[in-house]
Amino acid sequence: SNSYYFRLESLLSMLVSITVWLTLLFVFTIVPAVLGVSIGIRRLYLTTLLKIFEWATLRMEMEAKEKNQQLYKPYSSGIIVKEPPLSLQQGIQELRGSASCLHSEPEFEMADIFYFCRRGVESIVDDEVTKRFSAQELETWNLLTRSHYNFRHISLRLTVLWGLGVLIRYGILLPLRVTLAATGISLILVLTTLVGFLPSREFFLTEKVHVMCYRICVRSLTAMITYHNRENKPKNGGICVANHTTPIDVIILANDGCYSLIGQAHRGLLGMVQRAMVKSSPHIWFDRSEVKDRHLVAKRLSDHVADKTKQPILIFPEGTCINNTSVMMFKKGSFEIGCTVYPVAIKYDPLFGDAFWNSSKFGMVNYLLRMMSSWAIVCSVWYLPPMNREEGEDAVQFANRVKAAIAAQGGLVDLIWDGGLKRAKVKDAFKEEQQKLYSKVLVDTSR
Amino acid sequence: MGSRASTLLREEEIEEIKKETGFSHSQITRLYSRFTSLDKGENGTLSREDFQRIPELAINPLGDRIINAFFPEGEDQVNFRGFMRTLAHFRPIEDNEKNKNAAASEPLNSRTNKLLFAFRLYDLDRDDKISRDELLQVLRMMVGVNISDEQLGSIADRTIQEADTNGDNSISFNEFIKVLEKVDVEQKMSIRFLH
Repeated sequence: SNSYYFRLESLLSMLVSITVWLTLLFVFTIVPAVLGVSIGIRRLYLTTLLKIFEWATLRMEMEAKEKNQQLYKPYSSGIIVKEPPLSLQQGIQELRGSASCLHSEPEFEMADIFYFCRRGVESIVDDEVTKRFSAQELETWNLLTRSHYNFRHISLRLTVLWGLGVLIRYGILLPLRVTLAATGISLILVLTTLVGFLPSREFFLTEKVHVMCYRICVRSLTAMITYHNRENKPKNGGICVANHTTPIDVIILANDGCYSLIGQAHRGLLGMVQRAMVKSSPHIWFDRSEVKDRHLVAKRLSDHVADKTKQPILIFPEGTCINNTSVMMFKKGSFEIGCTVYPVAIKYDPLFGDAFWNSSKFGMVNYLLRMMSSWAIVCSVWYLPPMNREEGEDAVQFANRVKAAIAAQGGLVDLIWDGGLKRAKVKDAFKEEQQKLYSKVLVDTSR
Repeated sequence: MGSRASTLLREEEIEEIKKETGFSHSQITRLYSRFTSLDKGENGTLSREDFQRIPELAINPLGDRIINAFFPEGEDQVNFRGFMRTLAHFRPIEDNEKNKNAAASEPLNSRTNKLLFAFRLYDLDRDDKISRDELLQVLRMMVGVNISDEQLGSIADRTIQEADTNGDNSISFNEFIKVLEKVDVEQKMSIRFLH
């Protein structure tokens, strides 16, 4: 009977600890989320972490110096010095300036090859495009092996600290976050369905439900978001465009406003969530076959924005996830519709956890696991003043103008390259353009 | 991503590459990080496809010739040593340590070696001569479809005429050097690597 009581006692103690755990969870995260209040735990958490990271980095440098080992220095400032790019014509003229004229009208010079050669090798060493598709390197170590380039056993203290970090992240933070996420998603499913049953879709209720669910999701990632210029928030009858780093961008933005989402209709859990969301607010989901039909997409977009009672549509014109150091080509589809565009710039601080989704390397589940086992997701969101297409401006120019504004605000590099280059080859037309430019140099200078 | 950078490159290897190419320790580790990020197959070597994945190189009219320069005769893969050896041609000459004795073998980034690199871009069959045919082919790569065969032919003829001193209707390496003697090769064929 002694062992019987012992087993009962251990069972009871387990139940008590689970109850305490859930109550704490409820009080400190879900209730504030529902009420829209912030206790300030997250900020304290981040400041503490920052101090630890700085200590760890200094420690690492100290230990490396003692042992006379060289540390890998991340090339955030680049591997080579890049001068501002000259046009092909300027580059060749500059090259020829150093050679004496062999005859009065130089056409082709054997030295011309140096121009292409150097440009080519420079791009092999450091190009503007391929590095955008992998996570950026950090200057400070944040106790995650995934961002640590010097992970040899440098010191016992650091390894212990790292081990402690692993325990905390996978033992405490991850389960906590998964619970919250599950709660958030279930609430979305249940509440949106309930609201959908109401005879007239009360916008007030929809909004409340929406915001509450997204707040829970945000907390499930321990995301600290700072919204700037909220007076420019997107309004009904418009399109909100933002730079794309991760699927979490949607949660980040939806946390502060109601948007209609647009995308492909999925199956499984995601499909269920999509169908539930549609019950209470208008989203645009396409079948796989419809996605290719550009006219159909454009028509549904225009119909939606024409209805001023509908929420703004959230669109990511890059079409794929980029690593948040640059903004790549915006697809012109959304800019052809002719409605007001509300640009939004999102910039993540990778120090507490890099939010970039490298879709060629990690699947969705793996990615979410990494997100939920990082320290936190810290980002800034800037709402930019609305833009409209101007007279005489075509969709592509308009898209580039919006892109430049977003890049300038977020401190990102503005690139003309297509994000699709992550998987696809570059079009031959670009090479042909280079050949044409060079031919002009040859032919124009000959009589 | 450079997550495997320093762990796979041993100190001895770094020292050897340092001696052979003249790059500094930090330059070598950074270039190794670049090498591994290009190596999508993660097998320690780069293939031609790995290079062609770089958009700025793919649109370079001489992209294929430059890629070819990295691969030794008849091989399809280049390892990190070979990669560094080729890149070493582009180190600025000023970067060479002043106390290297003159008796040491000629550094990879000497003027002559830079010129040899450029010469080999023209010399398609690696027979140490640039024939009229080879010159035409390279010119065609650079201009695409925008210049007629006749015009290109006459450009090639004129170039060979000016360079060819021994009358064999092709350009040897020495003739090549002579043509370019007034060009600032050191500067035009150098890339400023950060330290």
